[in-house]
Amino acid sequence: MHIPDGYLGPTTYGAMFGVMIPIWAVASRKLNKSLKAKQAPYLALGAAFSFLIMMFNIPAIGKTTGHATGATLIAVFIGPWASVIAVSVALAMQFLIFKDGGVTTFGANCFNIAFIGAFAGYGIYRLIAGHSSPLSRRRWIAGAVAAYVSLNISALLTAIQLGIQPLIAKTADGKPMFSPFPLSVTVPVMAFEHLLIFGLVEATVTALVIKYFQKNDPAMLGQPEGKGTK
Amino acid sequence: MIKKKRMTITRKLWIGIGILVLVSPLGLIIPALFGAGGAWGEWGLEEIEKLVGYVPAGMKKVSDTWKAPLPNYTVPGQSRGIVGESLGYIMTAVIGVMLTAGAAYLIARILSQKNRK
Repeated sequence: MHIPDGYLGPTTYGAMFGVMIPIWAVASRKLNKSLKAKQAPYLALGAAFSFLIMMFNIPAIGKTTGHATGATLIAVFIGPWASVIAVSVALAMQFLIFKDGGVTTFGANCFNIAFIGAFAGYGIYRLIAGHSSPLSRRRWIAGAVAAYVSLNISALLTAIQLGIQPLIAKTADGKPMFSPFPLSVTVPVMAFEHLLIFGLVEATVTALVIKYFQKNDPAMLGQPEGKGTK
Repeated sequence: MIKKKRMTITRKLWIGIGILVLVSPLGLIIPALFGAGGAWGEWGLEEIEKLVGYVPAGMKKVSDTWKAPLPNYTVPGQSRGIVGESLGYIMTAVIGVMLTAGAAYLIARILSQKNRK
């Protein structure tokens, strides 16, 4: 889901930066108000976890691979704003050091993976978890569903951004300037892979980690508003 | 009391991160068993050319905007084969975790400056 440089034209990646820059700004303001110094290690842990979990590539159909992102999981523990920042940092390191993703597509990748994963995921989690006890089964089920649905939204948005490229920019001889695959290819392929495989992986990871905390450190799931990062 | 408990939680979680680093080569080995490469839609220029028969003009120009020091989670001079590649992968995991956690920690410290307590 990390769109590399060259796949999106300037209109698309510019628009995605246009959406993402205000989100980062608001996230910084929110955290500036509520994040406590002693919570910094959790943000670091979240970012490290997101970076690492994305290294666990899982084979899919057609000799391709994918992975979980951890964005929803991190939002469950440290709140969605902190999760956006943590996952954005992981995505930044991935392209800066390892060329996974891109400079021009950084805004798009952060929107698709960090923002959607954190906010769609957190919203669904809260909706299903409701006022249930932090120790209830409903909590990890909520996490699993939230992770599954949000990853699929991320995948769909990525597929749309890739798929509209042939419509937006063509060379004089009618060939696509950037990503050459039409929506009729990108959407079904991405949807198929994420609905059947990667969504389930993301859901499993999220559920397992929530269950781990329920068993060992339930206080981490205690505050419904996500450790005061509201 | 509360403070002590917090420390043990973060320490436990860092140990968890350490374990993930050590088993990270699974993310390399398992796809290799299936002959799987990278993610769909994240191909390099040669692969794109193989897939559609040409390299889109705009893509050619922008694709190398950024030269990353350790492309594709490999370290320079790592040996071929499963052991060498796994060691290289673990090294990139260590580097990536340190830089990611370090940067996130720094950002969090700066943002939380007002709320020292």
